[in-house]
Amino acid sequence: MRPFLFILSALALMALAFWAYRENYATQQALKDASNLNQEIADLRESLSQQRAEWAYLNRPSRLRDLVALNFDSLGLLPLEPTQFGNVDQVAHPLPPLSLPDLSNTMDTAATLDGKEDPL
Amino acid sequence: MIRTPLRPLARILSARDKGENPDHIERENIRLRAEDTRARAQSRAEGRLLLLGLAFFAAFIVVGGRMGMMAASEASEPRSAASGVEISGRRADITDRNGRILATNLSTYSLYAQPKQMVDPKHVAGELAKLFPEMKAEDLERRFTDGRSFLWLRKKLSPGQMQAVHDIGDPGLLFGPRDMRLYPNGNLAAHVLGGASFGAEGVHSAEVIGTAGVERALDSRLRDPALASTPLALSIDLTVQAAMTEVLDGGMRMMNAVGAAGVLMDVHTGEVIAMVSLPDFDPNDRPSPLLKGDPADSPLFNRAVQGVYELGSTFKIFAASQAMDLGLVNANTMVDANAPMRWGKFKIGEFEGHNYGPLLSVTDVIVKSSNVGTAHIALKIGGERQQAFFKSLGLLDPVPIELTEAPGAAPLIPKRWADIVTITTSYGHGMSDSPMHLAAAYAAIANGGVMLPPTLLKRDKIPQGTRVLSAATAKIAASMLRQVVTRGTASFGEVEGYEVGGKTGTADKVKRGGGYDKGKNINTFASMFPASDPQYVLVVTLDEASDNSSTKPRRTAGWTAVPVAAEVIRRTAPLLGLRPQIEIPDVSAVSARKQ
Repeated sequence: MRPFLFILSALALMALAFWAYRENYATQQALKDASNLNQEIADLRESLSQQRAEWAYLNRPSRLRDLVALNFDSLGLLPLEPTQFGNVDQVAHPLPPLSLPDLSNTMDTAATLDGKEDPL
Repeated sequence: MIRTPLRPLARILSARDKGENPDHIERENIRLRAEDTRARAQSRAEGRLLLLGLAFFAAFIVVGGRMGMMAASEASEPRSAASGVEISGRRADITDRNGRILATNLSTYSLYAQPKQMVDPKHVAGELAKLFPEMKAEDLERRFTDGRSFLWLRKKLSPGQMQAVHDIGDPGLLFGPRDMRLYPNGNLAAHVLGGASFGAEGVHSAEVIGTAGVERALDSRLRDPALASTPLALSIDLTVQAAMTEVLDGGMRMMNAVGAAGVLMDVHTGEVIAMVSLPDFDPNDRPSPLLKGDPADSPLFNRAVQGVYELGSTFKIFAASQAMDLGLVNANTMVDANAPMRWGKFKIGEFEGHNYGPLLSVTDVIVKSSNVGTAHIALKIGGERQQAFFKSLGLLDPVPIELTEAPGAAPLIPKRWADIVTITTSYGHGMSDSPMHLAAAYAAIANGGVMLPPTLLKRDKIPQGTRVLSAATAKIAASMLRQVVTRGTASFGEVEGYEVGGKTGTADKVKRGGGYDKGKNINTFASMFPASDPQYVLVVTLDEASDNSSTKPRRTAGWTAVPVAAEVIRRTAPLLGLRPQIEIPDVSAVSARKQ
């Protein structure tokens, strides 16, 4: 009985040691991954703020004003004026969708448009 | 343990045989036994003490060892702990009220040299001088070879310049990461933002500190690592600010002015929507302050806050509304306006020697801008009450706004408040205030009589404010200001649909040494719109403006500041989302035309 217990506890010890070894490396890997991810997040944040700055720079009012002046021929943009305010009832109702005759069957259509009896 | 009996029979018997006292044996044994017990207790106690000592020793060793290790090892971030709120060493961004960026950071590099590691100082000096025009090859070579081991070369590098320096390929040239403050909108809102520069510098990083404006006034908030990821939202609206700057710039040129300032304020919250001072500067490349001469000539000078001027007739409405509030007069009370008025050795006259008298209603005193009429109203109020009213409107103290320049720009007030001071200050002479002061005070009239401290930060919660006028008086005052535009001195201020109300102010500039400069004016138009339910207050000030379109230069505010302010309102009111109101024409006017 006793030798059996000895062997069993030795085996258990080895199994635990193996498990601890694996856990150790898994933890180290997880830490490495986390720090890589953190680095990536920091880099992305950095480039995000860079792009925000660039966006703000490209949208600065003086540049937009120059662009509006340059492209006046095609865009015709002017400063907002008081007269451009309107009431809701000044907006026209959307027109009902146009109902055109079905043109998929040409023979049929020709006959209907002529208003005559179908010769065929 | 085997206990020895106290009276062993053998020894007792033999002692009895010898005629000795057997009790001695018993006592001897008791003694021995007690000694034995003591010895055991002692050794046990000693053992325990030793153990305790060992435990303490071990604990001290552990603590000491840990301290030593911490002191000797390189610091590192805890890697396993989950990071919650983002903590950053960067300076927080500044945005406008709609989240558009006004100031942000850009990563860049600084350039420094370690001459001891340099391979070919002469070549490096030559190449650097070719790259950067401000460096001289001989200077650099001398500094590289005079035995120093470290020197800064440039605070900021563009990526292109950095590559060019890399291409020189000398191991003695090194780069340190830097955060650079960037103002993407250039000159826009330059006086609000101020600027930033480097504080303490190291190889790995450098402090970015604010040098003026909001950047300096709120430096600790912007540098707080816990708040670095939350941008600071200002009350400024970038679009409105841009439109106002454009109009003021045009107006300044057209009116031949040397400077212009404009403040647009939301009357219900006290938020400053736009604040312009011209000429302005680029905060990315802040000019150095003037070392001699008048600081007001520098573009760094913020006319809207630092420029304390005698603001002239714009002050008249304060006297009129206070007198109405106190019940001394009402809008139709006739007051003496017979010009010129004599007070002691002083003579108070009207603009260009007019006489609007002998009697004028209070409304007409404001509409015609009568100095004499205002003087009589002010005398009814009295100096003490007038001073208290000015104090409650904040006109006697520096304006409490979030700019470093603000506390230094205190109004100029006479030391002794004599009757003549009461008279002159009632029409805005003899005391100097900034356009920002005026805007805050007009906002108090416009919002129904509640004085709110002005702010440059977006307000989520509107402060209580202090009531300075009754709502009814404020309404009458606003209608008086409206009449100044419809039939008074500010007729150019009419903007269709926006019911502009306001008061002009023309004051001669105070000369450096004393006295007034007749040819140089400060022209102000303080306005509110729409007058029936004021939402915004606009103050426009032009420095030394004159309208030269006719034969004689016109220097009054009515000809200079008013048309510019009207254009500002025409441009900005739609941007602020104000609908133009359909104004019903006056019935009497219609019938008059029919005849």
